[in-house]
Amino acid sequence: MDAKSQTPAVNLPPVYSLIARHEVFPEVSHDETARYNFLANLNRHLATYISPGNKIAFDKRVQPNFVAEHGRDFQTRDEVKEAMKQDPHYQSWAALRRSTMEMRQQGGRSMTLRQAEDLAKKVANLNAKSPETLILDPNLKTPYYLSIMDNHCMPGSYHTELFEGDVSNAANYDSGLFVTSGGMLGKYTDGGGKAIASWVLSNAPDFKPKRILDIGCGIGHNTLPLATAFPDAEVIGLDTGGPMLKYGHARAVALGIKNVKFMQINAENLSMFENESFDWVQTTMFLHETSSKAMVNIGNEIFRILKPNGLSLHIEQPQYTAEMPLYEQFIRDWDAFYNNEPFWGAMHDVDMNDWMISTGFKRENLLQFGARSINDNEDHTKPKAPEVEDHGRSAIWNVFGAWKK
Amino acid sequence: MINDILLSSNKAKGKRPYFLEDKTVERVLNITMAVAGELAVMHERLDTIERLLEKKNILQRSEIESFIPNSEEAEERQRWHATYIARVLRTVQQELEALQQDPSHNRSMEEIAEELGRI
Repeated sequence: MDAKSQTPAVNLPPVYSLIARHEVFPEVSHDETARYNFLANLNRHLATYISPGNKIAFDKRVQPNFVAEHGRDFQTRDEVKEAMKQDPHYQSWAALRRSTMEMRQQGGRSMTLRQAEDLAKKVANLNAKSPETLILDPNLKTPYYLSIMDNHCMPGSYHTELFEGDVSNAANYDSGLFVTSGGMLGKYTDGGGKAIASWVLSNAPDFKPKRILDIGCGIGHNTLPLATAFPDAEVIGLDTGGPMLKYGHARAVALGIKNVKFMQINAENLSMFENESFDWVQTTMFLHETSSKAMVNIGNEIFRILKPNGLSLHIEQPQYTAEMPLYEQFIRDWDAFYNNEPFWGAMHDVDMNDWMISTGFKRENLLQFGARSINDNEDHTKPKAPEVEDHGRSAIWNVFGAWKK
Repeated sequence: MINDILLSSNKAKGKRPYFLEDKTVERVLNITMAVAGELAVMHERLDTIERLLEKKNILQRSEIESFIPNSEEAEERQRWHATYIARVLRTVQQELEALQQDPSHNRSMEEIAEELGRI
């Protein structure tokens, strides 16, 4: 075979039947699987063929028209956004993308809601096997930045229980990340957690954390890889969403991971933890779901509870910098406005170095590196077509952090 | 018990953005994409059935590819297509009918109600 015939023209997303089924994973019917396969392919099509057209439209007409009208180039990404809104290609792409996200929620929720009572029972039974590792606080108030809208357009978001013990949205969340990421996060959607654990093991071989805190852990999909990579450590996953924690804890019990505890706590106030009591504090795709003031509070708490020589790491999409073209900032910012992640833009404007220094870290101890999902869905025996980056969605991250020295 | 059918299609908290200049067109696009999704689901189900039938040696998929209907079957199938398309494009047909009809066929119910209340 020559090189050309080995190069596939299309990268197909992995089929949904590859997803790992643990004991609390919802039952997925034939047609529900097919619905997710359709949506993963639709997302892949939009990302690969339709989304790049936005840049073409920008270069060919949106920017030239703006310059002709205003006698100058764009100065802010908001100007780009307003101009792009008028472009017919962008309109088609955006309308379709929003539509796929709503269909993904509908598809996942129709699946988990029809079995909501069974899911609640399964979760309750598993949680009863290890009640000491699930600490809930029914009186905890959902933070304003999470209750003001439903994140990711998931109706009811992370905190709603339709009845006592309902975990249908948590199960929906677990089931659907595979679809929106096109399987890039792996069979257990834990590619982010695996990537960070792998980085620490490879780059800090002498670091032996005894106590790890994962803030904003949700269903713990990125927390469990930390627990398996550091089996001697006590890992605590923390979140404000009760149903997410109930499901996540049952999921951990089902997967047989014992060195992890889940707690319902708002990370802005970690007063239940003593000063210098954790070796490692992690956040994974979490900070963009908070707010400016919350980020200050959370940063200060992280520094306070971190032991000397402790490590703090944060995984996010790349920050917006002065060097990043305004078009790229605009397209990366899309989910902020249209997938209900409204703090996304402001968070990606923050200079993470300044933020960490303001909480007490020293400049010479800051870290920054790239990370890529460790994905067990990829078939390494087959060639791949060049990938088009799905801005703001790709499982390629920037990691910021610091050692406390 | 919860109403899972209604809850599945709940709106997320936050104002829904529209991108097309005409919101009604976007509404139709959203419905069309949902139908497109269900067609894909049906296709996958049929594909499963074909593969299972093949595995059980009930038919070969190549028989499907080479199937040529006899004249009676062909007419039935063509009639199915014709019916299906007419059903889908009903609204276009009705608009065309309205265009061709005498104005007396196209009076508004408000106007007729007013008249019937009067006479």
